[in-house]
Amino acid sequence: MTTNTHMLSGSILRWLGVITLPFFLMLSFLWAGGWLTPYRLTQAAMLDALQKGSGMHPGFRRNHAKGVCVAGWFEGNGSASSLSMATVLQKGRVPVVGRFALAGGLPYQADAPEKVRSMALRLMPSDRQEWRMGINDIPVFPVGTPQEFHDLQLASHPDLTTGKPDPARMQAFRTSHPWLQPAMAQIGRRPVSSGFADDTYRSLDSFLFVAEDGTKTAVRWAMVPVQPVMPEIGHANDHDYLFRKVIEDIHTHPLQWRLMVTLAGSGDAIDNPSKGWSQDDRQINAGTLTLTGIGSEENGPCTGITFDPLVLPEGIMPSGDPILQARSAAYMRSFYLRSGERPTAPAVSAEMTVPSANARDKKS
Amino acid sequence: MKNVKSFTLPSRILHWVMAVMILAMLLIGVFMASTVGSGYYRLVALHRSVGIAILVLAMLRLGNRLHTPPPSLPEDLPPVMKIGAHASHILLYVLMIVLPLVGWGMLSAGGYPIPLWGQSVLLPPILPHDPVLWAELRSVHTLLAFLLFGLVLAHVAAALFHGLIRRDGVLRSMLLRERLDPISQESHGD
Ligand code: HEM
Ligand code: HEM
Repeated sequence: MTTNTHMLSGSILRWLGVITLPFFLMLSFLWAGGWLTPYRLTQAAMLDALQKGSGMHPGFRRNHAKGVCVAGWFEGNGSASSLSMATVLQKGRVPVVGRFALAGGLPYQADAPEKVRSMALRLMPSDRQEWRMGINDIPVFPVGTPQEFHDLQLASHPDLTTGKPDPARMQAFRTSHPWLQPAMAQIGRRPVSSGFADDTYRSLDSFLFVAEDGTKTAVRWAMVPVQPVMPEIGHANDHDYLFRKVIEDIHTHPLQWRLMVTLAGSGDAIDNPSKGWSQDDRQINAGTLTLTGIGSEENGPCTGITFDPLVLPEGIMPSGDPILQARSAAYMRSFYLRSGERPTAPAVSAEMTVPSANARDKKS
Repeated sequence: MKNVKSFTLPSRILHWVMAVMILAMLLIGVFMASTVGSGYYRLVALHRSVGIAILVLAMLRLGNRLHTPPPSLPEDLPPVMKIGAHASHILLYVLMIVLPLVGWGMLSAGGYPIPLWGQSVLLPPILPHDPVLWAELRSVHTLLAFLLFGLVLAHVAAALFHGLIRRDGVLRSMLLRERLDPISQESHGD
């Protein structure tokens, strides 16, 4: 390095040298954080779209906001243990914390038959290889990508004056997404059961089971009720009839579901939850879920966690389904926001979940 | 050439390896925390492992720093700049250790399992499960990461200021080409 004569232009160049690298670092940081690309779908945009449909309800989940905590256990029977080395799928019992909920961001919405119901589970084996899931009672998901989910939220959010979705906006979404027609039709004509207890909940997204020798199998699964399925009978006058019913049910007797794992056939779409799978696929009964306890979300064990579908044990992996990635990101963001807020009392209150005298009698 | 002694080879290696890791972590961090795209799961996994690696290296580095003091700054450096340099270096060390601990701690408080690498090795929780604490620490993680990024920018600008404007040998003392050091002579490329 020689000492240059201190010419003015030389010194300007040197100062440029000093700021260029920090400047480009700043640019890359801004780009990486999405601040230079407003068209990129972000976690914030996804949560805004959800909030648009429901308004702001501090402390509540940004989706599936109305719910109740449940507890029990899962007993694996070992039938799926050749496909997945997950400890929860071996023979044996693991404790479970779960949540029943209605889809949508309104924590005080009225129960109604056609509203989507969900079950969320956290299976907790002693080796800490947890399996969390959030599963819905529809046959397929209405959309196949995070962008479509975002756009559907914007198209379907209720109008402030009428309280109903704007049919024109919904129609525009349908015509611009003709490939989602079959999924929406399938959801529209699904059979509806009488309540949470006799409902079937499905993973919709696909996952990979990983065997001891590394073999991967694409699967979906469902929780299929052991309780007999009853047809829906209206309850127009009870705002919380679905929750009241499941509280009464669990206080009277344990509720059970079979974990039915479906193995992907050759023609099945792995990476698109809006596409149903063939009826001929092989199914395995992998174990039984038993729920024996129920309690309000208020300080309940299902409130301070999120049922992130990508909290998976060794032996289960995410598939290439893009919805799964968006869910994991959005659930963490929702969990972060709501945990920093002070919630109002939930619709399903602590008084509602104490056993009624009636249920106590039946149980003993 | 002014006579500023060079950092030892282990110090320089630690410095540059960690520089790359920390910059990558900051960029990965803001990218993954905004995306809903298909790289999310893998990036978060990478972020956790590299973050813990930074924690381990930062502690090694702190030990190394206390063991072998760095070359002193040029005598003629104005006192404000000296104070600024020392304060920012202390803060950099603090953040290299505290930021990954906050990351680990927040996931503990959030009740998340914390895989270290793949799915089989889990880190133990370092804080009790407490959702309010989780939300607070998640905010603190962002705040400290942004502070770290600001410091990194200032640090890079200051290094270039030493190298290009003052030309006082301070930048050279951290580059991998110091004449006085026979070890780096071998890997000396230009
Ligand atoms: C990109 C698509 C989706 C987005 C952005 C999304 C978003 C959300 C959010 C923000 C929450 C609240 C999480 C929390 O605060 O803990 C939630 C809850 C839930 N979601 Fe999704 N979701 C998506 C797709 C799905 C799918 C495909 C399913 C079903 C297979 C599903 C089932 C559930 C269930 C069951 C819950 C409630 C979990 C609980 O009771 O805590 N979601 N969703
Ligand atoms: C020096 C080490 C680290 C740096 C520089 C760093 C940096 C960052 C940055 C810049 C963000 C984005 C913040 C935002 O935009 O809100 C972030 C988020 C995050 N970090 Fe770190 N981090 C470090 C260590 C860790 C560690 C050790 C863990 C966990 C073990 C961790 C877990 C996370 C998580 C879970 C998020 C949030 C992801 C999301 O919101 O989707 N970080 N980090």
